[in-house]
Amino acid sequence: MSSLLTSSRLTPGEIVKELAFFAVLAVMMSVMILGVETVDRPTGLELALRWDLVLIAICATVVGRLALIVRREHLSRLLQAILIVISALMVFEMFVRFRDLDDRWVSPVTFDMATQSVGRAIFFICLIAVVFAIAYFSASKGRPTGEEDDTKKISAKLQVVYRTNTKKIGMFGIAFFIIFPLIFGENRSAIDLATLVMIYIMLGWGLNIVVGLAGLLDLGYVAFYAVGAYSYALLSQHFGLSFWLCLPMAGLFSASFGIMLGFPVLRLRGDYLAIVTLGFGEIVRVILINWYNLTGGPDGIASIERPSFFGLADFSRRVPEGVTRFSDLFGIEYSSMHRLIFLYYLILILALVTNFVTMRLRKLPIGRAWEALREDEIACRSLGINPTNTKLSAFAIGAMFGGFAGAFFATRQGFISPESFTFLESAVILAIVVMGGMGSQIGVVLAAIVMIGFPEMFRELAEYRMLIFGAGMVAIMLWRPRGLLSFRDPTILLGMSKKEKVAGEKP
Amino acid sequence: MTDNKLLEVEHLTMRFGGLVAIDDLSFTARKREITAIIGPNGAGKTTVFNCLTGFYVPTEGRLTLNANDGPRLLERTEGFRISRNNGVARTFQNIRLFTGMTVLENLVVAQHNRLMDASLFSLAGLFNLKRYANAEKEALERAKFWLNKTGLYEFADWDAGNLAYGNQRRLEIARAMCVEPSLLCLDEPAAGLNPRESAELNLLLQSIRDEQGIGLLLIEHDMSVVMQISDHVIVLDYGKKIADGNPEAVKNDPAVIRAYLGEEEDDELPPEVAQDLHLDPKAQ
Repeated sequence: MSSLLTSSRLTPGEIVKELAFFAVLAVMMSVMILGVETVDRPTGLELALRWDLVLIAICATVVGRLALIVRREHLSRLLQAILIVISALMVFEMFVRFRDLDDRWVSPVTFDMATQSVGRAIFFICLIAVVFAIAYFSASKGRPTGEEDDTKKISAKLQVVYRTNTKKIGMFGIAFFIIFPLIFGENRSAIDLATLVMIYIMLGWGLNIVVGLAGLLDLGYVAFYAVGAYSYALLSQHFGLSFWLCLPMAGLFSASFGIMLGFPVLRLRGDYLAIVTLGFGEIVRVILINWYNLTGGPDGIASIERPSFFGLADFSRRVPEGVTRFSDLFGIEYSSMHRLIFLYYLILILALVTNFVTMRLRKLPIGRAWEALREDEIACRSLGINPTNTKLSAFAIGAMFGGFAGAFFATRQGFISPESFTFLESAVILAIVVMGGMGSQIGVVLAAIVMIGFPEMFRELAEYRMLIFGAGMVAIMLWRPRGLLSFRDPTILLGMSKKEKVAGEKP
Repeated sequence: MTDNKLLEVEHLTMRFGGLVAIDDLSFTARKREITAIIGPNGAGKTTVFNCLTGFYVPTEGRLTLNANDGPRLLERTEGFRISRNNGVARTFQNIRLFTGMTVLENLVVAQHNRLMDASLFSLAGLFNLKRYANAEKEALERAKFWLNKTGLYEFADWDAGNLAYGNQRRLEIARAMCVEPSLLCLDEPAAGLNPRESAELNLLLQSIRDEQGIGLLLIEHDMSVVMQISDHVIVLDYGKKIADGNPEAVKNDPAVIRAYLGEEEDDELPPEVAQDLHLDPKAQ
C-alpha cells in the first residue's frame, strides 16, 4: 500500500488494485449499515435488503478515490472536478434514498430533482456548479510543491495578522456582543441563545485559568458551577438574600470548594489529576441528588428569585406594593424582553470581568507562576515558587468564576436540579477550552460559538446536526490539533515588537 | 577566615532504603570562592545538591548556610523556601527551562517572590498600583543585566526552547542568578558545551564569583573547567569524601587517581585479559 501512496506514476494495474481495495472497504462498511434494514410490516418485523444503497456507496467510493488519485498524480483538474461532482451526486442520492424507503431503481432522485421544476433545476445546477468550482480550484497547480507552500504562506500571514491585531479583534468582538441585542432586540430565541453561549464563554474562560494557564487538567469543573448555582438558590430561598448580595458569596463558596478540591490533588498531574477531578465533580452531583432536605434532591429548587435591576426596580409585569417596575423607572412601555436583555448584559459583564481579570493576572507574578508551573514544576520549586499556593490559587480563582456563572445560571433559569450539572457539561466546557486553543481567550469565544451556538442554531437538522458536529470536531482535531488559536502571547517583550516576534517564530 | 564560611556541611548522610548515597560527608564552601564537587558517576554529587536545595531531606547531618543575616539550617527548611528565604539557587543537570515561555519571562519568573510581595497577593498588580509597577521595572532591569552578562540580550524575546543548547545552559544560570542567591549550585554547567562555549562559561562563572561576591558550588566532569576556575575541590566516591583541597593537590592525590582510573590490580586478572587490555587500549 505504501508504495501506492508515494509513487508519482502508477500503472493501470496498480490503479485498479487500489480502487478494488477501496471498493472492498466500501462493501464491508456499507453492507450492514446501508444494505440491511428492519421494516415494521403488519406481519411483523422484516428484513429489507437495500442493495441499491450498497451499490451507490461502492460507486461513490470508487469514483471519489479515482478523483483523489487524479489529484495526487496531478493529471487533470477538470477530470478531477468532474469525478468529485459525480461522487458528491452519488452521496446525495444515497442520503435521499436512505431517508425514503421506497426503491427507485428506475429514476434516480437527483434526476427527479433536476427535472421537477425550473426553480429546482436551477438550484440543482447551482449546487453542482459550486461543488465543481470548489473541486476545480482547490486542485493542486500541477507541481507538487507549489500549492503547499502557498497555503502555508497564507495561513502564516493570517496568523501574523491575527496575532498582531489580537487587541483590535477582541475589541471588535466585544463591540459586536454589546450591540447584539440592538440588532436582535425582538428576537427572543436569539437573545436566549446568545446568553447561553455567553455562559459557556464565561465558564470556558474560568476553566482556561486552571487548564490553559496552570496546566491542571480539570474534568470536574461543573462542580463549581453547581456550587455557585445552589449557593445562590439556597441563600435566596432560606434567607431571602438578593442576587446582588449572593453573587459574590456564590463566588466565594465556589472558590473554597476549589481549594478543597485542590488540597488532595496537589501531588497529582495529568491523567491522575483528571480522574480525581472527575470523581470530585460526580461527588458534588451525587450529594446534590441525595441530600434531599437541603437541596431538594432530584426535584431541584424551583422558583428561584429573578434578579432586580440593581435593587432599584423589578422586571415583572405585576410588582408588589412599594417596588418600582423597570419600565416605569425609565418611563417606557413594559416588555417581557427587558428582563432577557438585562440578563444578557449581566452575563456579558460577568464574562468580560472574567476575561479582563484573567488577562491581567497573566501578566502578574501569579499568572507567570501558573504558566511556569505548567512548564516545569521542579524548576519552579528551585526558584522559590510555592507550588502549593500557586496551584490552589489557580483552582480557587478558576472555581470562583465558575461560581459566578452558576449563580447567574440559577437566576436566569429560575429552576435548578442536579440534571444540569452532569459530567457532560464538564466535558463540553473542557472541549471548548481545548478546541479554542489552550490559554487563548478569543479561541474560547470561537469554540463556544461553534460548540454551543451552532448545534442550537441548526436544531431543524435533528439528529444530523450531531453527525455534522462530530465531523466538524474530527476536522478540527485533524487540521488544528492544538486548538483553533493555539498561540501563546508573551506576557512581556523587550526589544522586539509583537509583529517581529510573531514573524520570527517557526510555524 | 571563619566568618568567610558560607556553607558548612557536617556529617551529611543520605540513605535510600539500604543504599547509602552519601556517607558522612563534611565540607565547607566559602564566599567569593568556587567549590567544585567531582567524582565518578554515581558518587552522590547530585544527591548533595538535592539535599542542599530541599529536594531531599537528609537522613542525618547538618547543613548550615551563613546568610547575611545569620546562620540558617537548610535541612530544616521546606523545599521551595530554601531558595525563597535562604537564597540557594541551582541549575539542573538536564536543563529545566520554561521552554514555552520567552527568555525574558524565564528571568522574570525567577523573581517571583519579590514581585509577589510587591503585588500584595496580586491586588496591587491587578490595579497596577505604583508599588507594583516599580517592582516590575526593577525586575526588568535585573533581567536585562543578566541578559547582557550572559550574552543573551538579543534573544530576550525568543521562546526559551528555541535557543541553542549552549545558550540554554547560560540562560539557566542567568535565571538562577535572578533569584539573587548567596549560594549558587551548578549541576554540570559545561556538559555538552564545545571548548569555546566552555571557555566562555569559565569567564562567566569567574565574573559571578568576583563581582557578585557569592559562593558557587559546582558539579562538573569537565576537568578543564574544574581545574581552571575552582578554588577548592572536593572529590566524592561512593558517597564518601576521598579528597579535599586546592585543584593542584587533588589532581595528584593517589586516592583520586585510584577512584578515577581504578586500582592497579592487573595481576589479579587472568593473564590473557590483562594482556588484551594493555595491547589494545582502544577496545571497548
